[in-house]
Amino acid sequence: MTNINPSTPMEKMTPGGDIYEAGNAREFKTGDWRSVRPVFLSDKCKQCGLCFPVCPDDAIPVNEEMKREDFNYDYCKGCGVCAKVCPFGAIEMKEEE
Amino acid sequence: MPYNLKEVVANKPSRFTSGHRMCAGCGAPPAARMIMRALKPEDHAVVSVATGCMEVSTFMYPYTSWTDSFIHTAFECAAATLSGAEAAYKAMKQQGKIDNTTKFIAFGGDGGTYDIGIQSLSGAMERGHDMVYVCYDNGAYMNTGIQRSSATPHFADTTTSPAGSVIPGKMQQRKDLTAIMAGHHLPYVAQTIGYMNFKDLYEKAEKAIYTEGPCFLNVLAPCPRGWGYPTDMLMQINKLAVETCYWPLYEVVDGKYKINYKPAKKLPIEEFLKPQKRFKHMFKPGNEWMIEEFQKEVDRRWDELLKLEEITNRE
Amino acid sequence: MSIRERLSGNEAAATAMRQINPDVVAAFPITPSTEIPQYFSTFVANGAVDTEFVAVESEHSAMSACIGAEAAGARAMTATSANGLSLMWEMIYIASSLRLPIVLSLVNRAVSGPLNIHNDHSDAMGVRDAGWIMLFSENNQEAYDNTLMAHRIAENENVMLPLMVCQDGFITSHSIENIELVEDEKVKEFVGEYHPKHYLLNQDEPIAVGPLDVQSYLFEHKAQQAEAMKNAKQVILDVAKDFEKMTGRKYGLFEEYKMEDAEVAIVCMNSTAGTTKAVVNKLREKGQKVGLLKLRVFRPFPVDEIAETLSHLKAVAILDKADSLNAAGGALFEDVTSAMYVNNKHVPAVNYVYGIGGRDTREDEIEKVYNDLFEIEKTGEVKNPYRYLGLRKEAEE
Repeated sequence: MTNINPSTPMEKMTPGGDIYEAGNAREFKTGDWRSVRPVFLSDKCKQCGLCFPVCPDDAIPVNEEMKREDFNYDYCKGCGVCAKVCPFGAIEMKEEE
Repeated sequence: MPYNLKEVVANKPSRFTSGHRMCAGCGAPPAARMIMRALKPEDHAVVSVATGCMEVSTFMYPYTSWTDSFIHTAFECAAATLSGAEAAYKAMKQQGKIDNTTKFIAFGGDGGTYDIGIQSLSGAMERGHDMVYVCYDNGAYMNTGIQRSSATPHFADTTTSPAGSVIPGKMQQRKDLTAIMAGHHLPYVAQTIGYMNFKDLYEKAEKAIYTEGPCFLNVLAPCPRGWGYPTDMLMQINKLAVETCYWPLYEVVDGKYKINYKPAKKLPIEEFLKPQKRFKHMFKPGNEWMIEEFQKEVDRRWDELLKLEEITNRE
Repeated sequence: MSIRERLSGNEAAATAMRQINPDVVAAFPITPSTEIPQYFSTFVANGAVDTEFVAVESEHSAMSACIGAEAAGARAMTATSANGLSLMWEMIYIASSLRLPIVLSLVNRAVSGPLNIHNDHSDAMGVRDAGWIMLFSENNQEAYDNTLMAHRIAENENVMLPLMVCQDGFITSHSIENIELVEDEKVKEFVGEYHPKHYLLNQDEPIAVGPLDVQSYLFEHKAQQAEAMKNAKQVILDVAKDFEKMTGRKYGLFEEYKMEDAEVAIVCMNSTAGTTKAVVNKLREKGQKVGLLKLRVFRPFPVDEIAETLSHLKAVAILDKADSLNAAGGALFEDVTSAMYVNNKHVPAVNYVYGIGGRDTREDEIEKVYNDLFEIEKTGEVKNPYRYLGLRKEAEE
């Protein structure tokens, strides 16, 4: 865990603003940006693979069997690019409550 | 090995992580992530990013979205900064101070590349550093709020080329940066986009990264906010850019041009312009001339490209 | 045994760089520092160094490349002057904020415009608050010695700041003088190897450098830089002690020349100190108690030490080789008088802006300054604290 926040005293901050934990942005959740939510309808999915690479937020996990799993809502911003490319109607966009 | 999208995504790690703060539906992250995936998993990379959307959104203290080493210095010098890192690598490797394989990749928006960064880019490419410079072209200064750049298309409505009652948007045509880079006679220059399974993008990135010497990629990266289209339309916009020949996919390898995709039937440019609010004024009655002029230039550049391909491949 | 040579200031700086053998040098030609990259590329071409020489297309790129190289884990050096430094300006700040101990040889020259290629200190003064350690050099020997000490200071873990070694364009950069060089092996041992804690090329610990640093963080990062600058003072003195052990040559924050019993004194930097020393000697022969404080370490500014050293004077003149164009005196004058004020030492002080654009400063002019100081001592009045030396003007001020 990145141990720096807006209360950290200057002595504990990294010099120059360097960060030594590459990829630690995963600790920063962007899911609360979402106003619409993609819903994965797994029975309609043919695992064609069109949706994985288009997600700007890397929020569509792909497992070792090369199959997509449900959305990672920690990061999904609800842009809907995935739903639009799905030829099988396996992603449905719904208003966030 | 033939490209298999599913294999690439499943087996190669994402080196551009979630948790970045690019806008919803931004065209840049999927492109940048796929370019980074083209690295061999065992290779290290130093990524240099020009000030702009991608930089401020992917390394806002204390969070970085890059799993490789990353450096940002300023707007106009992603290339020069990276050239220094590459020189350091050469020197330190020669002296046995390091033994890994490191690749050098710069990213800059069109503002940081076509405009303020062109000198730094030109210099670094001419000096022959073993690096790839990737321009993610979204056709305006989006980070500061959609100001026109030299990559902004003709007639586009931006905040510094507003479509007014007297001047109808940007009055100049787009600079052809890919051609300028080809004029540097680099070992590899390519224009690409996220289209058709990202095959074109991935393969070009792989070639650029693993061709020795300075290489250049120009990637069109649609911006829903700046272009004025719904966020979910990214891939449709990409498709229209290619199918209208607004953004031809081609590469120049050691001076030889190769067009990687020729639409069986070139779509009229309206198809690309219509969904975007920045071109809305072009569709008002009386402004047909603007669309005609735009089409003429797209055709002219496409024909020029066809000729270049023909000429440079003659035996 | 040291090596006796005859070198120009630029040759001296380039020789020091050869002996340091940095990993990367990125530089762009500009008079009067051009010779440094010229000499250095000859060393590269002849295999005298292991350095990658990056012949950049501008000074902006020179500093950018140095930043990239230094962040990558290398030692990076460059040289420039005047407008070259102006073009680097943006990157000068970034280099220090990223805490990269880059070493720059600044051959001082007037910043345009109008265009002038000759010496003054307007280039250095333009970056005085940029977070760089700034060492000034009276002659080729000092330019050489300061360069040899540079990395030990800049790379100290309590410092980690870039450093520039200044010398006067043409006056020292192009004048051949005697110099004592240190043997290559001794320099290598003195400078040591650079092992940064975190660097881009370390695959085992990839790092991110140069964030967007919002309101919650920039203030603290800037304060860290300020703290490092404070730390630099002691490190500069410690390194000078080691250097003295190796060479016998003694360096401090500044040189006090016949200050002990001086009644009036001049404060100045770089080659003018040489001229001033000659005048001091001459006036001393006449029994006049005059002295000189030659500032070596301009950043960090030795506030307390300067105030203490000047405190016993009856009058002091501060010579600025750059006009601040602010209707309030030159930069050095501001710093010295501010140092006196906060230390509660009141000595009548007067500022002379001199030597702009390479205007020669002669002994008789320096002598006039001492005479003016005696006048101030006698009357107790400083009529006009903001003066010029060697400026043509219709009426005497």
